[in-house]
Amino acid sequence: MVKTFEKAGFPIVLMCNLIPVATTVGANRIVPTVSIPYPLGNPELSEKEQLDLRYHRVGVALDSLTTDVSEQTVFKVKI
Amino acid sequence: MKKAVLYINQFFAGIGGEEKADHAPEIREGLVGPGLALKTNLKSAEITHTIICGDNFMGSNTEEAIAIINGFLEGIDFDIFFAGPAFQAGRYGVACGTICKHVENTFGVKTITSMHEENPGVEMFKKDTYIFPGGKSAAAMRKDTKKMGILGDKILAGETFLEAEKEGFFVRGIRHQVWREDGVEAADRAVDMLIKKMAGEEFVSELPIPKLDRVPVAPPIKDLSKAKIAVVSSGGIVPVDNPDKIQSSSATRWGRYCIAGEASLKSGVYKTIHGGYDNTVANANPNVVVPIDVLRKYEEEGKIGKLHDYFYATVGTGTAEGEAARMAEEMIPYLKEAGVDAIVQIAT
Repeated sequence: MVKTFEKAGFPIVLMCNLIPVATTVGANRIVPTVSIPYPLGNPELSEKEQLDLRYHRVGVALDSLTTDVSEQTVFKVKI
Repeated sequence: MKKAVLYINQFFAGIGGEEKADHAPEIREGLVGPGLALKTNLKSAEITHTIICGDNFMGSNTEEAIAIINGFLEGIDFDIFFAGPAFQAGRYGVACGTICKHVENTFGVKTITSMHEENPGVEMFKKDTYIFPGGKSAAAMRKDTKKMGILGDKILAGETFLEAEKEGFFVRGIRHQVWREDGVEAADRAVDMLIKKMAGEEFVSELPIPKLDRVPVAPPIKDLSKAKIAVVSSGGIVPVDNPDKIQSSSATRWGRYCIAGEASLKSGVYKTIHGGYDNTVANANPNVVVPIDVLRKYEEEGKIGKLHDYFYATVGTGTAEGEAARMAEEMIPYLKEAGVDAIVQIAT
């Protein structure tokens, strides 16, 4: 899917947990998520902490869309 | 009698499905689940131990999982290592590849697994271990374990020259030095190929170059604060009545759902119908998969120009690559018509 969208000219960022799979299938902008069942949450954290985490990681993803990359790039997240 | 170890996931060990996918590695003596099928096809070795690990544990805590399994294996003697079969289960296939690669590199023991050709584990690990093309589901258990067992016996009998085409596993890209039966030397063969190529005739290369399907990076958006952003997810988030009847696995359908004016995706209004992960957390708060709540916040703060009025959803488990590409092709006209500038895609 990511490749089809990108071929059509859309800048796209893939947020996912299994980074090696994403690089193998050919995603170019990648942001790591927390896990498979809850990519942007974590039931062990409080609601507030989860919201901060989600806000941060989606923010990294949005910023990646404005970043000029020449090859497959995994963007770093802080929380 | 030689000794074999088999790696399987929590599902095939009978521990549980997605709700147990975080199961930490354990080792048991003897046969568990698929070991019974493998045993009937493996003549020269006894499966002395079975290692069990949850697919999510291996996927999300790979280093830890490998370290624990390493500890198990250091304490036992074994001559060959099997994993799976993983069929079309993506995470399981990647797990089998990961552990086979590690065992082969660390213990110098040959490793054999099996998975469907569309399993991402094939592309990732076919060079590192013997992977047989397997069936889509556990219905192929007997057939798939048979291939694994036969090759296992050959390896244990000391056969070292194993040709991918002849044995049936995916090409590993290992070159062997052999005496050809026809005795034609390399220079003659190369010139023959060259002549055929120049004459425009068909010829078979002895060193095929693998094709990598890569897409050039789309240029970045210049001004995020003026951009319209769309969300696409393979995490199966849909309105609770699943109006487009998207399948829980091997999906061929997708949907787009209006979120105009919504501050977030509410539990009870949206849920996930994804059959490949434990749905509890996503059902309690669908924003953990499709993060409309924080995207709305970024829209209010002016970081992004506008959040597209629809999000797009399908299910990405057991979904064929061709189907996924087709569904994306079908979404594109809607995205273009709405003037979407960039996409955030979230996978589970």
